[in-house]
Amino acid sequence: MAETQPPTVQKVLAAFPGAGIAAREFRGQWWLEVPRERVLEVLRRLRDDPELAFDFLNDVTCTDHPEEEPRFRAVYILTSLSRKERIRVKTSCPEDDPVVPSATPLWAGANWHEREAYDMFGVRFEGHPDLRRILMPEDFDAFPLRKEFPMEGERSDRDWARWVIDRARRPEGTLP
Amino acid sequence: MSGSRPEAPPEPLPGGSPLSVRVERSVEESGRIFLNMGPSHPSTHGVLRIVLELDGEAVVRAEPDIGYLHRGMEKIAETYGFTKFIPYTDRMDYLAPVANNIAVCTAAEVLMGIELPPRAKAIRVVCAELGRISSHLLGLGAFAMDIGALTVFLYAFREREAIYNFMESLTGARFTVSYPRVGGLSRDMPDGWADAVLRFAKDIPARVEKDVERLLTRNRIWIQRLEGVGVIPREVAISYGLTGPNLRGSGVEWDLRKEMPYFGYEDYEFDVPVGSRGDAYDRYLCRIEEIKQSARIIRQALEKMPGGPISVQDGKTFLPPKEKVMTRMEELIHQFMIVTEGPKAPVGEIFWAHENPKGELGFYIVGDGTARPYRLRMRAPSFVNLSILPWLLPNHMISDVVAILASLDFVMGECDR
Repeated sequence: MAETQPPTVQKVLAAFPGAGIAAREFRGQWWLEVPRERVLEVLRRLRDDPELAFDFLNDVTCTDHPEEEPRFRAVYILTSLSRKERIRVKTSCPEDDPVVPSATPLWAGANWHEREAYDMFGVRFEGHPDLRRILMPEDFDAFPLRKEFPMEGERSDRDWARWVIDRARRPEGTLP
Repeated sequence: MSGSRPEAPPEPLPGGSPLSVRVERSVEESGRIFLNMGPSHPSTHGVLRIVLELDGEAVVRAEPDIGYLHRGMEKIAETYGFTKFIPYTDRMDYLAPVANNIAVCTAAEVLMGIELPPRAKAIRVVCAELGRISSHLLGLGAFAMDIGALTVFLYAFREREAIYNFMESLTGARFTVSYPRVGGLSRDMPDGWADAVLRFAKDIPARVEKDVERLLTRNRIWIQRLEGVGVIPREVAISYGLTGPNLRGSGVEWDLRKEMPYFGYEDYEFDVPVGSRGDAYDRYLCRIEEIKQSARIIRQALEKMPGGPISVQDGKTFLPPKEKVMTRMEELIHQFMIVTEGPKAPVGEIFWAHENPKGELGFYIVGDGTARPYRLRMRAPSFVNLSILPWLLPNHMISDVVAILASLDFVMGECDR
């Protein structure tokens, strides 16, 4: 059941002919699936074009689809404060090259969202000024929101004790 | 102190070692002072740690360190499903638990394409606004206490006690209420509840004026501590994605209840206060006014409370009535499926944000046809509101750091999730 595309979506599709952008819809919410090389361009257009004016970045996050190729998808959620409309830009990256472009050149607020997405999924954001863990300990060694990471954690209590001791013995100021 | 602001925050420190060590090294080179503020500091309202580099008493660099309260809620949601996840949302913004419950349930309903009956919407409006009043009262009380005015905190808690009592008689729990369900509400309003809340909503503006505003708004010390402190210009607030009173304090008129109405908010009359300078004092004024506007919404909602059911009449989404479960086969099956699995989400994805007391609480949910979300991402307003600290804190004095933190009104349970 294809709903008619809103004018904003049509405008973006017309602005990037042959770029491999697909527009999809669910419950009246639209998103654009963009190849990762073109994401920054599309985001910049969405923000700076006065007829689009998606000036507010709500969120940047990832999803993990281990059965699919490419495995990771990144989502940039935008809002236009003047036109009261939302749109999402989605892209994907494979497991052996988990890199997507960073939105930090366009929105300062992307900084922490992307750090969290990196922390949880191990997806790297190219162009991010300071990509490091944010919620998990600085020396944590897994990506907990990946589907293979078990709910109860990867270590038994005994292993955790070992890990804490190792951490205390490590020379000060180093990470493993 | 409001000195000239740098265009961008200081360059990030070179990576590869723990944060405190990196700051220590930077301090050794420059001869400045290293101060570890938090994670257990009264002004950090929980467990926020800020590593400060100081030149005398002025902040040169501020590196927030969060995650001390990280409980992996998004993983929990993926594992347990929508219904069992509702109690966890109580533990996010625990100053207005019912607002989080409403947000997650409504986001799930948007994904499932459920339209609530009018009475459920109106009761949700009342609860969400009670939550807003409760959160703002505590925010103001703690704000004043951090600045050194203890009295407001005590008065604010007296008013919040009334809200706790309302929640207790409505839901059975005072604090972690877990009140709504996907597709409706767990129980209807008890007798006399609406009248009591209406009385409260009529009294609260005058009480706030008497107990908070008269003590603070024109208090010379209060103004000197806040005016021109922590100024966030409009463009910066938008670029950092601030929401809620922090965005409106910077002069951006953006309130989801007005701009993208839900629960029939378009039928209520209320004003959205906005600031003009974006300093800590403007954010204080915005919160005061929002309490009064919330009371106004509650009065309207209770005065024209519609009748009818409080949940959707669909056994695949919401528990059927008990007497039917005991006598009919189909309802028994529905009851069994709802209790063991829960309502099923279709294959698809949505983003929906609720105007929480602290800002936009957004949910990006990917459904895969089961009763568990494939991915549930929470865009927590406190997390986003704190991300401006490395930009905002430099060029302020240490005592201003306390005022700025309090004026941002964050809660770490929500920031760390």
